[in-house]
Amino acid sequence: MRPQYVDTGARDTRSGFGAGLVEAAQKDERIVALAADLMSSVKMDAFAQRFPERFFQCGVAEANMIGVAAGLATAGFIPFVGTFASFAVGRGYDQIRQSICYSGKNVKIAASHAGLTLGEDGATHQMLEDLGMMRGLPGMTVLSPCDYNQTRLATLAAAEWAGPVYLRFGRPPVPNFTFVEDPSFEIGKIQTLLEGDDGVIFATGHMVWHALQAAYILEEEGLFLAVVNVHTLKPVDEAGIRGWLERAPVVVTAEEHQVHNGLGDLIASVAARYCPRFVEKVAVQDTFGESGKPHELLEKYGLTASDIVAAVKCAMQRVHDFSWRR
Amino acid sequence: METQALEQIAAQVRRDVLRMVYQANSGHPGGALGLADILVALYWAHIRHVPSPFSPSGEGEDVFILSNGHVCAAWYAVLARVGYFPLSELATFRRINSRLQGHPATKEGLPGVRIATGSLGQGLSVGIGIALGKKLRRDPHFVYIMLGDGEINEGQIWEAALFAAHHRVDNLIAILDRNYKQIDGDTREVLNTDPVEEKWKAFGWEVLSLREAHSMPIILSTLQEATARTGHGKPIMIVAYTVMGKGVDFMENDYRWHGKPPNAAEYERAIAQLPMVLNDF
Repeated sequence: MRPQYVDTGARDTRSGFGAGLVEAAQKDERIVALAADLMSSVKMDAFAQRFPERFFQCGVAEANMIGVAAGLATAGFIPFVGTFASFAVGRGYDQIRQSICYSGKNVKIAASHAGLTLGEDGATHQMLEDLGMMRGLPGMTVLSPCDYNQTRLATLAAAEWAGPVYLRFGRPPVPNFTFVEDPSFEIGKIQTLLEGDDGVIFATGHMVWHALQAAYILEEEGLFLAVVNVHTLKPVDEAGIRGWLERAPVVVTAEEHQVHNGLGDLIASVAARYCPRFVEKVAVQDTFGESGKPHELLEKYGLTASDIVAAVKCAMQRVHDFSWRR
Repeated sequence: METQALEQIAAQVRRDVLRMVYQANSGHPGGALGLADILVALYWAHIRHVPSPFSPSGEGEDVFILSNGHVCAAWYAVLARVGYFPLSELATFRRINSRLQGHPATKEGLPGVRIATGSLGQGLSVGIGIALGKKLRRDPHFVYIMLGDGEINEGQIWEAALFAAHHRVDNLIAILDRNYKQIDGDTREVLNTDPVEEKWKAFGWEVLSLREAHSMPIILSTLQEATARTGHGKPIMIVAYTVMGKGVDFMENDYRWHGKPPNAAEYERAIAQLPMVLNDF
């Protein structure tokens, strides 16, 4: 009998960040925080109220915010900069690259409202390229936790991690199903949520819950898919991923991100090197999003549990066809 | 230190710059020659700093950032001569396996450099962050940031200008290398930033005008005045009216010497104008 993950009540991952930030700051007085006129949206208001001397409002000026954070890190502080993912990466890329990564500064970039599930604000604000852009930066650690509890843990872990971190999370309430204290969460290690020998679904962020639902649907059909939470896209847990690739003949990835340069490409790259597999990618297919409710957007852009089920079947068919041709 | 001694060091730094750029057959001589005097004044006679052992955080000392990183040949020469690293290392400028990167970097561990610069517009924000850190730690030292003239085209500079005034970052002294030159020509033709002093004043900064930016006594008195104005709620900007290419007649005020090395004939003409004053690297 495989574990049944239960939604203990929908919560937004950004609030997990807000809670984790206050906790981390209580433990370590070197932690400071900077916001770019999105303090409340990114849930940094509790920190700002609790530690007013350690909070810096930067206004709608992300490039400067990231630079100021690099300076504070130079002076020995541990800055968290918070804004929407689309602005952190979109407006701050050169600053993240030169003033943080190349300069080796211990800055944490808290990137909220990532992905389609930002919803009604539409494509201008729906960042879908960030994992790829941040993965490409030498020295950057890229985290994409799956729910409220894990975002809180990831925030605490990021605070203790030496070096730059890109921490991606989202806006809407989503199922909260991981544990409050979870020893299996460790930066740089995949997290196997379900075991199974018929195939593996690698998922990240909000899509982990949908991957679990897909696995439960397939279980009713007698198919046992493993579900692996890849909350750390960098450093890549090559050994962990390779282990599942060797065990599972069918591979599907699921992410709220463009099909290029994200989790799917990461898994395909490990597969290409160590254990060739067909990799079916559930992701946004090289298009911009639009306004709508989060669940409507996930449906329209093919990011639901049933899309993952379809991808698993597609991959199985591909494996079958290939072995038959041989 | 006597101003005459400082002038001699600056003259040697100019010679260093020319030799470094010529030997590397690449680099940015114009702006570097124009900043030699101010950099020497800062490092020998003004900022409170500890060359060795170098502290990357700069806690307990003044911090200098070269935001217009491309003119680093002059900065490297100054850092070497004031004791941050061996003088002989200047010969490795822009070469493979060197700590003296084409634009300043921290990755190779060059003492004196605390942040990578090169992509323009970023150093002011970083300096503000260090200045805020000093305030949080009750460290009474200052942060000095050099900005290039073309560099202030960047939007981030004006974001930082707003921020520093708003947050009353008054332990910070920026210096604008106002030589009216940028890569594609005169700043007034490429993207006019005049009236620049009024702009900084309007942004809430205390502005000092350094008209004779190659006169050592005037540089020193202006720096002292800037320091005296710290702690009064405003960030400070010194607009330094420098001459690009200062010291080499055919390079002076010619924007084409922003980023190209002299050829052999040009080098001979130039180096003849910059005789050895101290020891060469």
